[in-house]
Amino acid sequence: MPEPAPLGSRRSRILGGSDDGSGRSIAIAVASTVVFFGLIALLVASSPGWPEVKQAFFSREAFSDAFPDIVRAFGLNIRIFLVAEVFILVFALLLAVLRSIPGPVFFPLRALAVAYTDLFRGIPTILVIYILGFGAPALQISGVPRSPFFWGVVSLVLVYSAYVAEVYRAGIESVHPSQEAAARSLGLSRPQALRFVVLPQAVRRVVPPLLNDFIGLQKDSALVALIGPVEAFRQSQIEVAGSFNYTPYLATALLFVLLTIPLARFTDWLVARNRRRELAAGGR
Amino acid sequence: MSALVVQGLRKSFGRLEVLRGIDLDVAEHEVVCLIGASGSGKSTFLRCVNLLEPIDEGRIVVAGEEITARGVDVNRVRRRIGIVFQAYNLFPHMSVLGNVTLAPLKALRLPRAEAEARATELLGRFGLADKRDEYPDRLSGGQQQRVAIVRALAMRPDLMLLDEVTSALDPELVAEVLNVIRELAEAGMTMVIATHEMAFARDIANRVCFLDEGVILEQGLPEQMFTSPREPRTQQFLQRITEAGRL
Repeated sequence: MPEPAPLGSRRSRILGGSDDGSGRSIAIAVASTVVFFGLIALLVASSPGWPEVKQAFFSREAFSDAFPDIVRAFGLNIRIFLVAEVFILVFALLLAVLRSIPGPVFFPLRALAVAYTDLFRGIPTILVIYILGFGAPALQISGVPRSPFFWGVVSLVLVYSAYVAEVYRAGIESVHPSQEAAARSLGLSRPQALRFVVLPQAVRRVVPPLLNDFIGLQKDSALVALIGPVEAFRQSQIEVAGSFNYTPYLATALLFVLLTIPLARFTDWLVARNRRRELAAGGR
Repeated sequence: MSALVVQGLRKSFGRLEVLRGIDLDVAEHEVVCLIGASGSGKSTFLRCVNLLEPIDEGRIVVAGEEITARGVDVNRVRRRIGIVFQAYNLFPHMSVLGNVTLAPLKALRLPRAEAEARATELLGRFGLADKRDEYPDRLSGGQQQRVAIVRALAMRPDLMLLDEVTSALDPELVAEVLNVIRELAEAGMTMVIATHEMAFARDIANRVCFLDEGVILEQGLPEQMFTSPREPRTQQFLQRITEAGRL
């Protein structure tokens, strides 16, 4: 078993990459960081027009006025993407599996899956949201939901499933055919081989890119505002319209960033862990 | 009744004809070794018998049932025929126990307790009892290959096909795998073994078949095949093997 890479190695790359005398290199990194950002701050604060920028975008009172309402509205964003994500994970897997069914009989199913991904990867998300969000309720057919929340989520599911299906498919294709052959040789049916042997390995490999798409989905939950629901972005628009100060937009941006950073770091960590494991397994 | 009858088996990949009319009759409890150069069709032949490759012509009969007939349930057929590959092909996301119990649980629908008892018994028999909960990447090549053999045996097959099972192993790990196969032969398992281990073939086989360019060019008792082969091609092959110090 090769030694796992020391835990500090990634951190030290950010701090300057030298592994010798870590105390000294940390001190240097801290000092240069303070000087660097201090200079930038000085430069920004002393430039002409900064007071106006500060007032328009970084107003303390506008922030504290708007922030509680925006946080409340942000709950809706979280609901939108959590609900959408669950359906995307399931629907996209179905698409990817459809696309991988062999045999001439199943050509229509494969063709359908391909057409679907081509279509929904091509249409801008915002168009899908407009078409469904305004179009579907306008039909006024009984039984068709009219809630913009519903149609917003449906739009996101339709669009993101196309991307996520491709991610799954890459995972399925990365599992060596000998794995399926081994499963089939034991008498497992093709669906059983897929379910117990191919998919578990495929899904494990694509968790990092899946999380990446999840981050994209979090941001695009703001697009649903365009058909009505008052989520964080819409709430900040309302605040801005009332005060003519743009700070609420930045407050909303801050919330999105705070939400995506942990997920991004978690994704990095997973990628690094997978790499370590592959190195350990590939050492034979 | 013969355990395996193959008649006129032909198989092409595109324009390359790999098997050009194979006939073979294997009796119950018989151990047949297939020898021949790489590319002579040994692996393809075994994969055809397990129905992993569709055949172009001919028929394959296992214990009286023609498995190449139309409408045969391939999954049911494969449950009776175990195959072990050169590259082990263990499932890396499952423990040893998971690997060995998967097919009994899902294909035979055995209760978990029974599948695990079966697996534990086999693992113990082949010196792998303490590896039960390990994952494949923690095992040596020899251990992985023995697990692969146990995985096939857990289905209680009537016939085992071994496809160059020691070719990927470091030399010092070959013996432990060959010992497992020897034990199976002594227990009366019917086996068709593609191998480059000539000394082993000579020792264990009831019959040795020399494959050359997709046909069984010559077959006979191991003694006769290795000491006085009739065909010039067989002589040439064994000559080269001897020169390489493998016989």
